[in-house]
Amino acid sequence: MADLTHRLPEPDRPWMMRTYAGHSDARRSNELYRRNLAKGQTGLSVAFDLPTQTGYDADHELARGEVGKVGVSIAHRGDMKTLLDQIPLDRMNTSMTINATAAWLLALYIVAAQEQGVAEDKLQGTTQNDILKEYLSRGTYAFPPGPSMRLIADTIAYTVEHVPKWNPINICSYHLQEAGATPVQEIAYAMSNAIAVLDAVRERVPADLMGDVFGRISFFVNAGVRFVEEHAKLRAMSVLWDELGRDRYSVQDERHRRFRYGVQVNSLGLTEAQPENNVYRIALEALAVTLGRGVRARAIQLPAWNEALGLPRPWDQQWSLRLQQVLAYETDLLEYPDIFEGSKVMDGLVAEILEGAREEMARVAEQGGAVEAVDYMKAALVDSHRERLLRIESGDLVMVGVNRYPETEPSPLTADTEGGILVVDPEVEAERRADVEQWRRERDQLAVDTALEELVRVAASESENIMPATIAAARAGATTGEWAQALRDAFGEYRAPTGVGEAALTSSEDLVELRNEVERVSEALGRRLKFLVGKPGLDGHSNGAEQIAVRARDAGMDVVYEGIRLTPSQIATSAAQEGVHVVGLSILSGSHRELIPAVIEALQAAGAGDVPVVVGGIIPDADAALLREAGVAAVYTPKDYDLNRMMRDIVALVAERNGVTAPAA
Amino acid sequence: MSGDSEAGADLGARLRDGDLTAAPAVLNLVESRSPEARTQTEALLAALSPATLGAEASAHIVGVTGPPGVGKSSLLSRLVAEWRARERSVAVLAVDPSSRRSGGSLLGDRARIEADPRDGAIFIRSTAAGDRLGGLAPATRAAAGALAAAFDVVVIETVGVGQSETEVADVADTVAVVVQPGSGDVLQFLKAGIMEVPDVLVVTKADLGRVAMRALADLRSALRSLGARDTAVVAVSSVAPASGIGKLVDALDAHRGRLDIATRRLRSRRLHALADFATEHGQRGLRALGGRREAERWLGSQDPALDAGTLERALEHRARSAEPPGSGTI
Repeated sequence: MADLTHRLPEPDRPWMMRTYAGHSDARRSNELYRRNLAKGQTGLSVAFDLPTQTGYDADHELARGEVGKVGVSIAHRGDMKTLLDQIPLDRMNTSMTINATAAWLLALYIVAAQEQGVAEDKLQGTTQNDILKEYLSRGTYAFPPGPSMRLIADTIAYTVEHVPKWNPINICSYHLQEAGATPVQEIAYAMSNAIAVLDAVRERVPADLMGDVFGRISFFVNAGVRFVEEHAKLRAMSVLWDELGRDRYSVQDERHRRFRYGVQVNSLGLTEAQPENNVYRIALEALAVTLGRGVRARAIQLPAWNEALGLPRPWDQQWSLRLQQVLAYETDLLEYPDIFEGSKVMDGLVAEILEGAREEMARVAEQGGAVEAVDYMKAALVDSHRERLLRIESGDLVMVGVNRYPETEPSPLTADTEGGILVVDPEVEAERRADVEQWRRERDQLAVDTALEELVRVAASESENIMPATIAAARAGATTGEWAQALRDAFGEYRAPTGVGEAALTSSEDLVELRNEVERVSEALGRRLKFLVGKPGLDGHSNGAEQIAVRARDAGMDVVYEGIRLTPSQIATSAAQEGVHVVGLSILSGSHRELIPAVIEALQAAGAGDVPVVVGGIIPDADAALLREAGVAAVYTPKDYDLNRMMRDIVALVAERNGVTAPAA
Repeated sequence: MSGDSEAGADLGARLRDGDLTAAPAVLNLVESRSPEARTQTEALLAALSPATLGAEASAHIVGVTGPPGVGKSSLLSRLVAEWRARERSVAVLAVDPSSRRSGGSLLGDRARIEADPRDGAIFIRSTAAGDRLGGLAPATRAAAGALAAAFDVVVIETVGVGQSETEVADVADTVAVVVQPGSGDVLQFLKAGIMEVPDVLVVTKADLGRVAMRALADLRSALRSLGARDTAVVAVSSVAPASGIGKLVDALDAHRGRLDIATRRLRSRRLHALADFATEHGQRGLRALGGRREAERWLGSQDPALDAGTLERALEHRARSAEPPGSGTI
């Protein structure tokens, strides 16, 4: 009989298929989930809105414009019950993209399950719960590093004992790539992060449980369009993880050391120009995480083709789900053992990446580990991203439809009135505010007060686990904002490093000319051209703002950049006090319609109404027109990849507004 | 043009009347290098001279300095809150260490001072430092002098150790040097006499407990051996729950209380005039005055009521008359 080791005796079961979804409120999101499940989706992936992720209720000042935008707004156990209505939690596998407030949302999930009659030890799913990458890239942190690591360790310690099938943390390399990480940086920082988490947990669980703890740690990775190298990256990660378990944590059971991961493929490389091309990119990226059986993803969610345009509609997400289904059910992918086993190319690539990653991990370790090295890693990411953008500008890094072959026919996909994206009903925010106010009125206030007091007590006592008091507060009817505020009071707040200060200087001929113009205009202004780069609202995606800030400095401007999560009045006060000549605002969360006019109003109130405002972000054409009407001088979107050109515009704008004449030709 | 060219005398009058909203325009003016702005800055300072005010400006000018990463911004957040709780208005001039590259700079990366943006009695302005660590931005002296007429507290924040406190001491009434436990630099610098004894020493991260207490004891014993009995050493924690902040403000106040303010401000104005002169005319100008020390001596003989701008003009006049005829850049 022929040797059949190149075939599996029977095909593998497909990975878990999810769609990152949720918007507006619990009722609307629940309907969406049930529709998605009916279409063959096999797990849930809950997207929360930014106020929920950062621990604010809908009626908080910082929540303005953000409620229900990038995900569902969940304030209390009533919301969670509605969100999961008619979804059998003893059989569902739910992934929640939640970090700073992970302990709280997990508590709400546990309480909702109990109300359905499902005990916590039956629950399956994942809380993302990775705070370091929030400091480095995603920005939805709430508390300082020390207490945050404690919350993570507490949820891990609690679930290992009480919710044994739960993945209490997804160590995220995904967002590092989105922030510009090279494959080596992506692996090195994710692994260093895992070490920091495991070291923290080791302090809080009995030694004999460390094998189980290690076995419950999963990863959330990214895959870019260079899919061969990306696959090698995953193989390298599995090697490192196995080593780490064996050598550092003495994990004996091989199954506990298996590298398990879920994936969302790359959004950074998705383009606003000719967005239909994104479908191919997504398909190729999906191959990176499925081709080799040895490191195949356990769960996959794919972005939608129109992510660089705005929020995807249910149909857009269905299109991405169908891609997964074609790959799993129509192709022969699942019929073979690992197709790269013995491949010289693959082994060589893996060795190369491993070497680089080990070196970079050593550098992080030298600084005392990932928590201590946040500043270093952040600066390194900003610098990598800076280099990436330079390669796009120079054309060395090809993006079809952007810096090569930009010619296109009009796209029928974006021809409808909304431009092919989801627009959240602006009434949602008011509804949510009313709802949370009503909830507070109707609950047993004494029970809530007692539960929150207990929470504060436990927070101050380092040796106690935060989860039981959190679950009790969830059951008593506390809200997301109240839980987070109690801990903000106990732990203090935190602002992550921006990483821009250390970025290397960019030099190019183009820039020399630009610098001369900045000098000329500054001379005429009397002092150096000063530019405030601001990120209003809760959106933590700061890559764009950081790159603008660095480039403006390289062009010779004095740049005021204070990081993410600023209120309109904070931005306006800074602009007025700092005496800036121009303000640039960056928003990617879709809240520009509310927040940009609010900043302009605040600038007027602060006596800086004559300072021109430019805006960058994911801004649909129709909205751009509205913003210009509201007084915005210019709107930039992802298709404006030439930063020097943007800088020239800004200098010209300042010159024009201050009566500085154009240079002699 | 924007508000940059607002007349110096008008701004001076607004500050004299306690109008805190004049602060941004004052900074725009003093930072401006155009000849017209320089004239207006002189007018501004003249309008706020002790002669015009009838006394020294009443603010407490506090220098806060220390090595990078010791937690100055967090400390300042707490200090500002404490001063506000005592109903004092506060202006913070943060001299940002981010080095100038390509002429440009990134400000605010570290100077992250939390303050209520709606509180009109708090003003925060960041400027790029000069060429070296700890150097004051050229406009900072003028800004501090002017804002002192309207604010209760004017803070100058700089970064560095071993030299930054010297330059800040030229401007501030009280200099607080901030150190963190476990970093021996300041202790060594003090012992070796590289660093002048500050008015107040602040040890941050008091939440570290034993390490912080140890640092406190080491610094106290070093100060004793130097005979510096008046220097207060205060341990603070800026992370929740904050501690020591009230004590620190008391220590700063106590130093201010012991100070002969007229003498300190007079010295500050004279050094300011000399610094501006040196920026403008360089080594050559200083030579024309017979050297820095001779210039300081000569300044010491001038009318104490003169403001920095007038003194600088007097220096220029003196240098010009000392130069051989026809050689003249000055």
